[in-house]
Amino acid sequence: MATTIVDLQPRYSVARHAGWVRISHWILAASVVTLAFSGFMILMAHPRLYWGKVGNDLTPALFELPITRNYMHGGWTTPIAFFPNNSAVVSAARTYDIFNENSWARSLHFLSAWFLVVTSLIYLVVGLATGHLWRDLVPRLREVSPRTLWRDVMSHLRLPMPVARGGPPYGSLQKLAYAGVILIALPLMVLTGLTMSPAVTAAYPLLMDLFGGSQSARTIHFFAFALLMLFLLVHVVMVALTGFRHQIRTMTIGN
Amino acid sequence: MNKDKLIISRRKIVTGLASTGGLLLAGCSSPDLPPTYGNVLRMGDLLTYRAFRMLLPRQSLVREYDHQDISASPAIGTSNPADPQGNLFNAERGARYDRLRAGGFADWRIKVEGRVARPGSYSLADLKALPSRTQITKHTCEEGWSAIAQWTGVPLRAVLEASGMLPSARFVNFYAYDETAEGLDMLDALHPQTILAYGMNGRDLPLAHGAPLRLRIETQLGYKSVKFLDRIVVKDEFDDLGKIGSLQNGWAWYVGI
Repeated sequence: MATTIVDLQPRYSVARHAGWVRISHWILAASVVTLAFSGFMILMAHPRLYWGKVGNDLTPALFELPITRNYMHGGWTTPIAFFPNNSAVVSAARTYDIFNENSWARSLHFLSAWFLVVTSLIYLVVGLATGHLWRDLVPRLREVSPRTLWRDVMSHLRLPMPVARGGPPYGSLQKLAYAGVILIALPLMVLTGLTMSPAVTAAYPLLMDLFGGSQSARTIHFFAFALLMLFLLVHVVMVALTGFRHQIRTMTIGN
Repeated sequence: MNKDKLIISRRKIVTGLASTGGLLLAGCSSPDLPPTYGNVLRMGDLLTYRAFRMLLPRQSLVREYDHQDISASPAIGTSNPADPQGNLFNAERGARYDRLRAGGFADWRIKVEGRVARPGSYSLADLKALPSRTQITKHTCEEGWSAIAQWTGVPLRAVLEASGMLPSARFVNFYAYDETAEGLDMLDALHPQTILAYGMNGRDLPLAHGAPLRLRIETQLGYKSVKFLDRIVVKDEFDDLGKIGSLQNGWAWYVGI
């Protein structure tokens, strides 16, 4: 009697994602969505971004986002210079009632940041201990050669996409995206976020030097947010294109 | 036997965790901590406060900048407590402020009350006779902007010591001429860079920046640095300062971040 490959598979099904991966995935997903929402609320109070140590309505912006009535509101008294020899150091009082929902948005931002930081730390420790990070997520050199990457990009452009089994092993682009988010983007978000804190930078002023100032850190925080949102969009689209029900099953009940 | 021990210790751990969590979540019973009112956002704030106090070194100095780093400084919130159109206008104190300002603040005095051996008041001349400190520091607003300015004033610690602060004191609260009040714990109140500033960028504190005296608390966000100071009250226990405090208006009490 010929033994088929199917017969060799165990009767019980093996989880495509480990339990701790599934739990941390959804806690992180909820944290990231809440952080993005509350972070955008915070950005709306002052939709101007700067480069360097300081920046405010009376100094030039790197760029200004046309969101909320705060955009270029111009509601300031006539600026008065502090020093006779420096016309840039002025003071002016605000005459405009700005949009500001930071009371709850800031507290919600930091509450969800705690969930993100604690879950990420546990994830990284378990990921290192079990070898998941190194085995499944960190791309090998040959996987990021131009040839391999090109082939992977082309295969992602062919529709319909084949239904994925869910879980590792991952392709080159998947590894780059996941490792990039977990090992680079999220730590960068936390560090640039902390660089805006007067208490944290008092203890670790090195953070301000690392990012070129607290306002530069805020701008990097914004661009990293934009990249993470791009990742989230592509991630959800790829899940939808490669067998949505099956993919959601493997990340929730495991198989 | 071993198993029993294991169970007991595990039970102890669980009880310990539960009570820690309970303290953190309920949080309201301790007179040493800001209340949460059962609000999940205030619980997050409390976690941040406790974690910062536990994890960060105590009283690190914020970076001080050079004269050439001084930037433009917006003035937001109340720009004149005597203006009846102001969002935080108080009729009685506004009128009093108007009279004092007309007299060049010659009759202005700040009151220091509560848990001090010698409650009393200080004129601007009294404050200037105490040790002074000048620092060029960054003001970070919760809105997202920042500004660097030079501040001159008397360390809060010097005023508290001159008033004979009692050893049981835990919090210092600040009341302004408008409807504003904020509080600090002792770690921030006694921080060497926490000053009562009467000078800004080499001149008297301008009206819109809180004349004649404002608080500068450099390890927290801008809204803790109360402008137009009227009264300082030293307390043994936490006081949410009612309707004029940040907490009851939905804002975090501790804003080191």
